[in-house]
Formats: sequence, structure tokens, C-alpha cells
Amino acid sequence: MRHLMNITDFSVEEINELIEVSKDIINNGSKYSEKCKGKQLATLFFEPSTRTRLSFESAMLSLGGSVLGFSSASSSSTAKGESVGDTIQTVSCYADIIAMRHPKEGAPEVAAQTTLVPIINAGDGGHNHPTQTLTDLLTISQEKGTLDNLTIGLCGDLKFGRTVHSLITAMSRYKNVKFILISPVELQLPDYIIKDVLEKNNIEYKVTQSMEEYMDELDILYMTRVQKERFFNEADYIRLKDYYILDCNKLGKAKKDLCIMHPLPRVNEIAKEVDSDPRAAYFRQVKYGKYIRMALILKLLEIK
Amino acid sequence: MNIDSITNGYVIDHIEAGKSMQIYEYLNLGDLDCSVAIIRNVKSKRTGKKDIIKIDEFIDINMDVLGYLAPDITVNVIKDGEIIEKKHMELPEELKNIIKCENPRCITSVEQDLDNIFKLTDRENRVYRCKYCESKAKNN
Repeated sequence: MRHLMNITDFSVEEINELIEVSKDIINNGSKYSEKCKGKQLATLFFEPSTRTRLSFESAMLSLGGSVLGFSSASSSSTAKGESVGDTIQTVSCYADIIAMRHPKEGAPEVAAQTTLVPIINAGDGGHNHPTQTLTDLLTISQEKGTLDNLTIGLCGDLKFGRTVHSLITAMSRYKNVKFILISPVELQLPDYIIKDVLEKNNIEYKVTQSMEEYMDELDILYMTRVQKERFFNEADYIRLKDYYILDCNKLGKAKKDLCIMHPLPRVNEIAKEVDSDPRAAYFRQVKYGKYIRMALILKLLEIK
Repeated sequence: MNIDSITNGYVIDHIEAGKSMQIYEYLNLGDLDCSVAIIRNVKSKRTGKKDIIKIDEFIDINMDVLGYLAPDITVNVIKDGEIIEKKHMELPEELKNIIKCENPRCITSVEQDLDNIFKLTDRENRVYRCKYCESKAKNN
């Protein structure tokens, strides 16, 4: 039985296989409409997240399966003091696969110790969010036609942004990928990612505080939100939240085939005027998120 | 200074000077009824100064604690006044309930029944990470 805790749980070959299945789903959706008939997905969201939960539920429904679950800890037995392990063991008696989100880091690892069915980590605090990374990889593959030879700009909160850390880790396994790390000093990429991922794999990277400095070199611009919930100090959040705002003016020097991504939700870091630019891929990215989750459910349920 | 030899028990030797009290605490030696001697700042040819702990009884010593805290030490097992075995430490692959995860966002911070488990992820630099949240353990 396989789980997905962290993007590195899957090899590059397995990720490529998921991307291929997703592409087949995009092109031949009806072929998959009954693949999960009779199967149940439990979405256990101990912390609210409309987007990820609905994406999982939509994915399972599109595969012909059904869904059950809860969307906040207050509506689960956690409110009565039940442990994660006990909740998961119980739910795994009802469902065939579980997607869980929890505010505490490592909670899915605890779940994996007691579950009877595959667990998908749908986000654990600031730690991992592997299905967002799979979504990002499918988006890049679809929009750029490749995952090799790309210059990727990551902009905003690179310190607490788990999607950024996972994306760097995942992309570092592809050929000739370069990173431009754009952030205020306080939100720079942690040293351990620089040392353990970038430098260890001899990956070229540049650090800048300017959004425009390397704009003309970018194939991908991955914007992130400064997340209030990651700060213990409100004053720091207020000071840093408006540091980078992408608008049409700043895209002046950008490549014609730049791909602008964002894990969403955005607050104000991408101006609304950018939405109509064909390079804005972030809402297409949402759709890719559903397809890759469909592929993932099939893989973990071992359905061909 | 003379400390009597022990008949049956352990001599934990080559402890880095100043670290014996930390080992005493981690091994819960204060709970023992037998004689326990902590000898600090003993002259050492190899390191200049060292600490030694003598325990005058056979007890269960958590070798993982010693391997984690002081991988360079030697544990001499004494039987009938003779050294019958010299145990050399190495960094354990896993630490179970020896150190606590200090990340306030870690699941272990709210689920008190969970074992605190750390995995050795970088032997060269002696890096341990929490099994759950992957936070780096502070160097001892």
C-alpha cells in the first residue's frame, strides 16, 4: 500500500507517469468516468481549505466514485479530543482512500501508522503539500511542453512557502533547471533548501530582491502569497505582505511565452489586470490540479 | 584523587570534559540506588581533559543516548573487577523519546502520546530530523 506524504515519495518516472495519465484524462475524460465506481474517498480537513478539498472531491466524482468527510476539525471527533491516529483508523474502515489536511506538521505521517487504506497528504501546516507540487509539475509540462531546460523565478514568501520548497525539490530532479529567487531578505529561501537541494545538486540559482532584474530571463514566474497564518508576529506580516505586486507594467520585459503561476488563493500580489494576459496560467493551473489528483487516486488505488 | 575500583558495572570513559552531568541526566542515573561516581576534568593524553562516570551495578544503559550525546566515548563493562568488554559508540540511526521536537507546529506538540522519534539524516554533520515534521534537532 502506497501513501503520498512528500513529493519525493515518488520517483521521477512515477511523476512522469502521473503526468501522462493526467494528459490522457484531459484528452479522453469519458474513458475515466467510471474507473472508481463503488470506491469512496474520505476528505478529512482538520483545517479549512475550500480549493484543495473541492479539487479532491471533484476528482473522485469525475472518476465515478463517491466522497465523504468533514471540512473542519470542529465538525470531527477531534473536537472531543480524539487523536489523529484513532480518527484515521476509524475512517479507513469506511473509505477506500483518504485525503487529509491538518494544521500540524507531520500529522499525515501519524495517520500512515494506523490507516488501513492509502493516505494522501493534502497539506500539513507549513511542511508539505505534495498534490500542489504535482499540480505545478503538470502545469509546467502542459504550458511549456517540457520540465527540462527552464529558468524558474520564484517570487514572494520563499521562507515559509511550502509550495516553493516542494517545487524546488521536485524540479531539481529535472535537467538544466535554473532558479531566480526573488524575495525580501526576511523571507528568503531557508539555508537548508539552498544547501541540501540546490547546491547539493549543482543547480544554478540567483538571489535578488528585485522582481524586474531577471524578468527577461524567466520561462516561469511562480508568485506566492505572504501567508498570515505562518507568522507569529502580526507586525511582520503587515510589513511584508505588499512587498511584490505583479502588474502589466512589470511584465514589460518578460518573454512572450512566459508562464505565470500561483498556487492560489491570491490576495493582491497579482493585479487583476494580469488575469487577461494569455501568459497568466494560474486559473488553468487550478484545472490541472483536478486532473493530476484524478491520476493520483487511480495510482494509489492501483486502478489502471 | 582516588575513586575505588568497581567490581561489577560500567566505566564510561573518554567523556568530553564537562559533559558528564548531561549524560548523568539523560541516563537517569540519579534514580539508581547503587554507587555512581562522576569524575570530572581527569587528565587525558588524548584530549587534555576528560570526564568519567563509574556505575557500580549492571543496569540497562540506553546506548542510543550515549551514541547520540557522546559518540566518542567508551563503555567498559566490568565483571569481577576485570574489563570484559569495551563498547564503542556510534550515532544511532533513530532516537526514540530521547529528545523532544521543539517545533511548535509539529504534531507531537499536541498529541502527547506520540513517541518523539528522530532519524539520522546526515551522519557526517550529525543531523537528526523529526520523523513527523522533519525539523532539525538542536545539536547537543
